Formats: sequence, structure tokens, C-alpha cells
Amino acid sequence: MGTIKTDTKVMALDQAIRRYVTHADHITIGGFTLSRNPMAAIHEIIRQGICELHIYIHSNGQGFDELVGAGCISKAEIAYSGNGRFAPTCFCFKRQVINNKIMVEDYTNFQMALRFLAGAMGVPFLPTTSCLGTDIINKWGFDIETRKNNSRLSSKKLVVMDNPFSKKTAPEKIVLVPAINPDVTIIHAQRADTTGTTRINGLTFSDIEQAKASKSVIVTCDELLNPGLLNHDPGNNQLPSFCVDAVVHIPFGAYPTACYGLYDYDAQFLDLYRSIASSQERFNLYIKDFILGTKDHAEFIEKACGNRLEQIKADPETGYSDRIKRN
Amino acid sequence: MDYTLKEIMVLCAARKIKNHDIVFCGTGISMLAAVAAKHIYAPDCVIFFETGAIDSKLEKLPLAVSDSRVMYGAQAFCSLVDSFSFMQNKKTGANIVGIIGAAQIDPFGNLNSTMIGEYGDIKARFPGSGGACDVASFVNTNIIFMKLEKRKFVHTLPYITSPGWLAGENSREKQGLNPQGPCAVITDMGIMGFESRTKKMFLQEFYPGIDPETIKEHISFDIDISKARQTIIPKDEELKILREKTDPEKLILN
Repeated sequence: MGTIKTDTKVMALDQAIRRYVTHADHITIGGFTLSRNPMAAIHEIIRQGICELHIYIHSNGQGFDELVGAGCISKAEIAYSGNGRFAPTCFCFKRQVINNKIMVEDYTNFQMALRFLAGAMGVPFLPTTSCLGTDIINKWGFDIETRKNNSRLSSKKLVVMDNPFSKKTAPEKIVLVPAINPDVTIIHAQRADTTGTTRINGLTFSDIEQAKASKSVIVTCDELLNPGLLNHDPGNNQLPSFCVDAVVHIPFGAYPTACYGLYDYDAQFLDLYRSIASSQERFNLYIKDFILGTKDHAEFIEKACGNRLEQIKADPETGYSDRIKRN
Repeated sequence: MDYTLKEIMVLCAARKIKNHDIVFCGTGISMLAAVAAKHIYAPDCVIFFETGAIDSKLEKLPLAVSDSRVMYGAQAFCSLVDSFSFMQNKKTGANIVGIIGAAQIDPFGNLNSTMIGEYGDIKARFPGSGGACDVASFVNTNIIFMKLEKRKFVHTLPYITSPGWLAGENSREKQGLNPQGPCAVITDMGIMGFESRTKKMFLQEFYPGIDPETIKEHISFDIDISKARQTIIPKDEELKILREKTDPEKLILN
């Protein structure tokens, strides 16, 4: 086993967020609806009062909705904002969009995944045939003027063109979707070592492309390992250490969302969240009591989950918990 | 045996799935239909999710496509890019069956799951496409789930999120999409198909005890009900498996 190297990227969560997430940054967060959202990091962004963020996600649920409700987001490029059975449409998102508090640009999941991949590859766009003939092409959340005045936005939402390689007389059309290169990507993984080598168990969604497309990457992890330990089975590692800038050890860092193999989503809390998030007054109280009123994620969990924590721990065989109340 | 409209709806979708199919499903009732198909009619079909879980064991019903319950015992884990690529590549593309839902539908099976209003003046907001538009763009067999309501079955959509037959006839092909549009709309009162030439929606089946005229009254546009026949009554065995094996926790069938 190697000894701990001097290039350790381990830091405290507040330090990592302070260093890598700045007012008006373009960010992206990992996970998918109710799984592996980097919730501890999201709550720390809220605690630090960072706002005017521009966020890119494919199908995010809990994490995105809390950021939106807390007023941290000004623009969002998304494919989906729902949280499975707990929110057909995320509640804060719905309210803040209708009240014009955030601007939204709508894409599809495949398109967002391609946009992250393009960013990771260093190409300006990738083509697809998805969404031809739909309003995803025709209607833009950020108009040409908004795009012209903001150098960080692509000049167009997307471009439809004829396939330049086609030999057919009738043109085949393709849709070009612009690459995404965020300032910072935050993901939560089951395991990382102190140098940043990262191992996600279960589905990775688009986390890897999101991380590789980004200028900076924060990985929060449930288990922090010494360097070398993950090298025994490199086929199961997704991010090499040079992709990662900060590693933060946060047990239950995805709570209340699920982290496959370690813990399930907290269905009871997500049910409670539904009633919290459906009113801005109640949501503001939640922010005050549960997030600003707790100093870190451990305190938040104690308040939100209490003695249910044992119940949400996953069965090592199935990766989820049969002891949570889901109906 | 008595049954609910939700149950017959799930069974009708499940009956459309064949053994060689590779079934893409979303959350909720579409997931239940896919799992019911596997339990009752097509044990060899493969269920997969846009999150990248392929052939999940599904011992417990997932509450979202990212639920750890789609991961347990799966054959393979893929990325989002992979799962949508399966719908387009030469090997598997033609075998994919999609099951999707939406907030609104028009006479050509185009779907809105984005919003009512315009950007800057949004009256109602839905979750967005997710993978639905991708599925509707790519797959050969697309099954749509909808609750039958006047405000959901509308003449013109405020926002087309997912392509159905677009403006009908060969307009899909002209736009550069897979020429195959949606094959069926499964509702809580009956099933709609699409005319072979015009691609306009018509009533294909009505559930036992439902008057086709009542269905017509629940739709904002004019729909042909003259060819409709009654749906086969669910058998006790089908209902038993659906209740005892597919959703014993009554997570969707409640």
C-alpha cells in the first residue's frame, strides 16, 4: 500500500465550496432525480449564500429543487425537473419558473448527456436527430438578445442543418447541440481516495462526462480511502485523480437521496419535503431551520432523519433498504 | 374479479409487449406496465431505463428510474448516452418499445410535457422532456399513457415536447425523424390508435362498461369512434399476478 501522498486534495466542505463555487458561476451537479445528488455540498452552497448560479442538469430532482427554492439559481438548462413519485414536477422549480424568478432553457436528456460529452471531449457541439419537428427546436428560453449579451451562453440554443455527409437527394437533418463547460461540477460518490481517484458504485448517469467537462471538480464521498487502495480494481474507477480538485469526506453526503449499496432515499423525509416545498413560506422556514440552522451535514441529518437513519441503511445484497416506508 | 380502470390500463399496455422486445420505460404507471408484461405475457422481454440500468431484477417496484431498485441484479450498467444509443443503433434500434406519458396530447399524438404559456409568461410548468422526446424521436414502437381529460386531449398543443405523427401523413419522415410514430394511446377509458394514412387519432377500444360517446366527451377535438370495439376483460389470473407480484406494496395501484 502506498502512503498518503502530499498531493492530498482532501478538504473540509465549507472550504471546498468557498474555493471552487463563486457567485454567478456556471455549475453542474451529479446524480439523477432521487439518487446520488451531492446534497451536503448543495446545502453548503445555500449556507454560504452563493447565488446567481447558472446550472446545467439532465434530470435532477431534489438537489436542483432546493437550490432553486433557496434562490441560488438564476438560469437553468435542463431536460427534466421531477423527483419520481415524490414530485411529478419539482415544487420550488414550478413556482419559481411561473414567478419568473429563474430562466429555463429546455433540452432532452440525451441532448444534455451529449452536451456534457461534447464538453468532456473538447468539441464545440455534437449532432443528434432527437427533437426534430418539436418546440425544443422552435422555442428558446434564452432569446438571441440574452445570448448575445452573455458571453458565457452559446450563441444559439441549437442548430438544425442538413447532414453534410449524405449522398441522398432529400436532405437528412441533424440537430447540433452546444457543448457545456461548467466552472465547477460537484458529484457525490461512494468512494474516493485522498488524491481524487473516484469510484461510483451502481449507475453513473452522466456524472463522469459532467466532471470531465468542467474546469473544477468537487467530489464528496461516503468513504475516503488511502491512495493505492482503489488501484487494485481500476476497472471500477471512473475518475482518475487529475480530474478532481477537491475531495470531501461526508458520510451520507447524498442524503436524503439514495446512494446505491450504502443507503436508500429517505421516503418519509421526501414526503415531508413535498409539503415543505409546495409553499415558499414553508420552504423558507425549512431553509432557516434545517440548513442555515445546522452547522453541517451531520447536524442536518440528525434533524431531518433522526433515528430513521438505521432504517435507510442499504442491505448489502440488494443495495437498497426494505425497511423504509414507501407508501 | 372486479378491477380498477388503472389495472385494465396497465394490462392493456402490458399486452402489447412481446417476448423479443426491449422495453424502455419511465416512472409510475409505464414502469408498472413493463414489469407486468414481464410477469404475465413476455417473460423474456428486457426492461431498461434511461438511467442506464439494463434488464433490472425489479424485485421491488422502483419509485423513480434512478431508484437503487433498478440497479439490483441488473445485467449491465450503462451511461445515459448508451441507453439512448440503444434506440438508434443497427443492432437493437428496431426492437425497442418505448412507453411514455405526458401532460397533454394532440390529435396526431404529439405530446407536451414542458409548459402552458410562453417563456417569460409561463402559466403552468411540467417537468420537461426528460428522455421522452428522445424516445418519441427514435423508437419504432411507442406506447403513450394518458389520463382521459378534456384539458389533456387538446386540438393544438401550447408546446410540442415529444414528436408524435407531427402534422400527420408523412410529416415525420419529412422532418428527418424515424418514420414510425406512436402506435397507441392507452387511457383510463379506452385505447386510441392512429389512422394508417392521415395518422389522426381514432378510438380503437373502449373498456367494458364505458360508452364510446363518454370517451368522445372527454376529448377536446373530434375523434372517430365508429371503429371501436370492446377491450378483452382482464382475466382473474392476470389481475392476481398484477396485484400480488407486480405491485404488492400498492405503490402505483393504490
